[in-house]
Amino acid sequence: MLNVLLWAPLAAGAIALALPRVAARWVVLLGAVATLGLAIGLVADYDAGAGLQHVVDESWIPDLGVSYALGVDGISLFLVLITALLWVAGVAYAALREYPSDGRDRFFYFMLALGESATLGAFLAQDLLLFVLFFDLMLIPFFFLIGAFGGENRIAATTKMIVYTLVGSLLMLVGAIATAILVSQQTGELSFSLPYLRENLLSTGSQEWIFCFFAAAFLVKMPAFPIHGWMPDAYRAAPLPVLALLSGVLSKVGAYGFLRVAFPLFPEATVTFQETIMVIGVASILYGSVMAFTQTNVRLIAGYSSVAQLGFITIGLMALTGDGADGAVLQMVNHALVVVPVFLIIAALYDRFGTDDLTKMGGMATRAPVFAALFLVVTMATLAIPGSSNFIGEFYILNAVFQTKIVYAIVASTGVVLAAFYALRLYQRSMHNRLPEGSTSRELSLREGLVIAPLVACIVALAFYPGLVLEKGEDAVAGSLVAVEEVQSDTELAQR
Amino acid sequence: MTFDAPHIDYAGISPVIALTAGIVVVLLAGLVRPGRTQRIVVSFCTFATLAAAAGLCIWQWGEEKDLIAAALRLDDLALAVSLIAIATAAFCVPLSWREDSVDRPAGPTGHGEFQALLLSSVLGMVLLAHAQNLIIFFVALELLSIPLYVMCGSALRRRESIESGLKYLIVGSLGSATLLYGLAFVYGASGSTDFAAIASNLSEGAFDDPILLIGIALAATGLAFKLSVAPFHQWTPDVYQGAPTPVTAFMAVATKAAVFAVLVRFFEVALAPAVDDWQPALAALAAVTIVVGNVGALGQDSLKRLLGYSGVAQAGYMLVAVVAANEAGVSALIFYLVAYALANLPAFAVIALRERETPFGDDIRAVEGLGRERPALAVVLTISMLALAGLPGTAGFMGKLFVIQAGVDGGYTWLAVMIAVGTMISLAYYLRVAAAVWMRPGAEPGPQPTAMPAIAGASQEADAPTGARCRVVIGLTLLVTAASVFFGVIPAPLVDFAEQAGAAIGSLLG
Repeated sequence: MLNVLLWAPLAAGAIALALPRVAARWVVLLGAVATLGLAIGLVADYDAGAGLQHVVDESWIPDLGVSYALGVDGISLFLVLITALLWVAGVAYAALREYPSDGRDRFFYFMLALGESATLGAFLAQDLLLFVLFFDLMLIPFFFLIGAFGGENRIAATTKMIVYTLVGSLLMLVGAIATAILVSQQTGELSFSLPYLRENLLSTGSQEWIFCFFAAAFLVKMPAFPIHGWMPDAYRAAPLPVLALLSGVLSKVGAYGFLRVAFPLFPEATVTFQETIMVIGVASILYGSVMAFTQTNVRLIAGYSSVAQLGFITIGLMALTGDGADGAVLQMVNHALVVVPVFLIIAALYDRFGTDDLTKMGGMATRAPVFAALFLVVTMATLAIPGSSNFIGEFYILNAVFQTKIVYAIVASTGVVLAAFYALRLYQRSMHNRLPEGSTSRELSLREGLVIAPLVACIVALAFYPGLVLEKGEDAVAGSLVAVEEVQSDTELAQR
Repeated sequence: MTFDAPHIDYAGISPVIALTAGIVVVLLAGLVRPGRTQRIVVSFCTFATLAAAAGLCIWQWGEEKDLIAAALRLDDLALAVSLIAIATAAFCVPLSWREDSVDRPAGPTGHGEFQALLLSSVLGMVLLAHAQNLIIFFVALELLSIPLYVMCGSALRRRESIESGLKYLIVGSLGSATLLYGLAFVYGASGSTDFAAIASNLSEGAFDDPILLIGIALAATGLAFKLSVAPFHQWTPDVYQGAPTPVTAFMAVATKAAVFAVLVRFFEVALAPAVDDWQPALAALAAVTIVVGNVGALGQDSLKRLLGYSGVAQAGYMLVAVVAANEAGVSALIFYLVAYALANLPAFAVIALRERETPFGDDIRAVEGLGRERPALAVVLTISMLALAGLPGTAGFMGKLFVIQAGVDGGYTWLAVMIAVGTMISLAYYLRVAAAVWMRPGAEPGPQPTAMPAIAGASQEADAPTGARCRVVIGLTLLVTAASVFFGVIPAPLVDFAEQAGAAIGSLLG
């Protein structure tokens, strides 16, 4: 089942290459919808508490001990679902708006499909090397999508993005190989299987440098302050449906990597670097919030708000408690679900105002009540108003951080306040006030609504029952923290 | 005094015999009237020769024995490298069909001479891959190099080509001389020209013998010239750019394979007892090469220069596999060489085709807008670049993986990190090519360069792009690219091939 889920998008993309260009869009959309169907089936079928499920394990490169191992557990379950869902939204939006307009449809939709398969692969991989491979592979389609279909300075922006992110992931490749080889020197068996590596940990010294390589890869991908340098350029240049996926889904792979790889494999290093990474997380929250509040380009407002939100996710993870990590997983789902409609709304705003500049917008709500209402729901979710699922996520995170590292929690909670500022500012400036000359207030078209409304419905649904994600995730999250907690209790004992 | 002639195992040297006979036949076939007939007859003879040699190599696969008084060593490493060289030559022959220097010769060069030279060079490579004696080592290296000097300068109407041939001749001779001097010292220190005897003599003696150290240093320097390892790489970009593209492609791939084979045999077999002497030196060379090659390629507008510098960097990666000095390293090297060939050959083919279609020569502008104009070539070039960069989904990724694994296993983790750093730098130029292909509109032909150099009858009309499209080349290129992707997804068959080659040396490494 996971095999079909993983490769269905790419198969659809490959078929699309051979079809006329209009058909290409719908075939890729069909592939994404089929994947979503499978992902829903996966969630329905999931048995909380049964560990890794739907396991596929084939030997792939036997000489290196690399296997083609897939599996789904409580951490990846909802990330897979959200990936499939948001990809449907992104592809549907592009297809309904008949994007791209220059006749290169096959190329565009094939790359989107490749991106989906690669991202799902990163979430499903249960082999360290396979994870690294998919992690790198994700970048290739986005390189082409941004470079070939983006706006001004697209080539420089996309090159910068890929160099930045690959700096991390190539070091990660070396780290992964070093992990397996150093473990094999202790045990005599070379294997990249994650469960195997979890049972055979490295010595403290090796853990530390390898952890740094992995953390660099994950933090760049998120992106976290101060290694977010690629983000503003890429966000300015990327086509919006692509940007929605980049921001909504790809950034989560970094956070997911901490839970899946870094914590269980390098527990001692995780404890050592806990505060360092927390500082990075808090700095991301503050920097992202302030920048989001001062930018006038709507894409960058959304972009910097993502930096801040991922800062929250980071500190939630680094609290190294079950609650914090549960909250972080929930918040990953929440943020993905919120940021994609934000970018699609930005696309709708661009169609109406012809600009990304917030100061040249206003008054869109006058004749577009449905648009305004949908946007308002998304805004409220972004600023984590009580009652939203984002509120639950942030509450879990801050609660956990208060109990472990109170200073960081106090600083981070200012981020919650700042979120209200930038989210409301974006909403007010674009929807209220006066319409600028030359623009008219226009309601969402059926095609736009068809994509945005269901996403908003998902946000509302999750607000009623966030426990769905928390319950199914708990066991797996606890499992990946076991090693870290052992290390912590050992050090406490030693201190006494 | 009686003289015992060595026993000759004809089966073992059959690929060498086939190639030697083929050279004679091809040279004679070249006497056919120039033109289409000549091309067909000569190429048929060349392909028959290469096919026979390849078939004989496959027939001998799995044999392990010494040939001709242990001057040659027949094992899977030698055969694997021979096969790489033969396959590369087979790819370059159709590539040369419509090449100006061959097809519209100003002087007496034509398909016969060109392909006979190509075969001679292949013969040198096959011998070099088998060599386990200092004399054969040197002779084979010269047999490999001299035809290349001529082929580099074969485009008589282009000043760059002649310059390239001359430069390669001078620098190559310097390299050969240095190597020979080094080999003489090694002989002096060990008292034998036979690799196995050198190893056994050395393992008894002292390794801080200055004569041996000088010998190792000079031999390493000479080989570094041939492999374009920094800081002995300066000739590479100029020669690559000036030589006719099919020659560049052949030189970039096949020479590297053959010289690496002998490098492995010389250092890991003959000098195995002195491993602590040469390992740090080669490690330093590898690190410098990775940095210099990658930084040099940044900002190059000529695709052939770019690939020249990229070849320098790639030589650095491969050197890491040698430095590891283990069986995994030799296997990784063979895997990497194949992956490198699968990525480089299509790239050069696209460059050659575009040279004939646009007035930009090998400038990066020649491939701008290729994605719209010639999607098949665009896909080929893109996958080549991604494979050279080592991105997943291509054989290049697997190659890097194996080399890094060998490096870490051999205790050279810092070199593995250097590979990662080098790869990051390399993305900036590999992706620049991919960006030009897909993300820029096609370049408008600007004003033609005036005043062609009056060398050997060059003229505007005679040197205008022919616009000829060659379906065979396009088909072959697509096939090779498909192989690159195939081995990136299912590496197992190629891994087996590389493992068997590695095992040939591994048994000696212990």
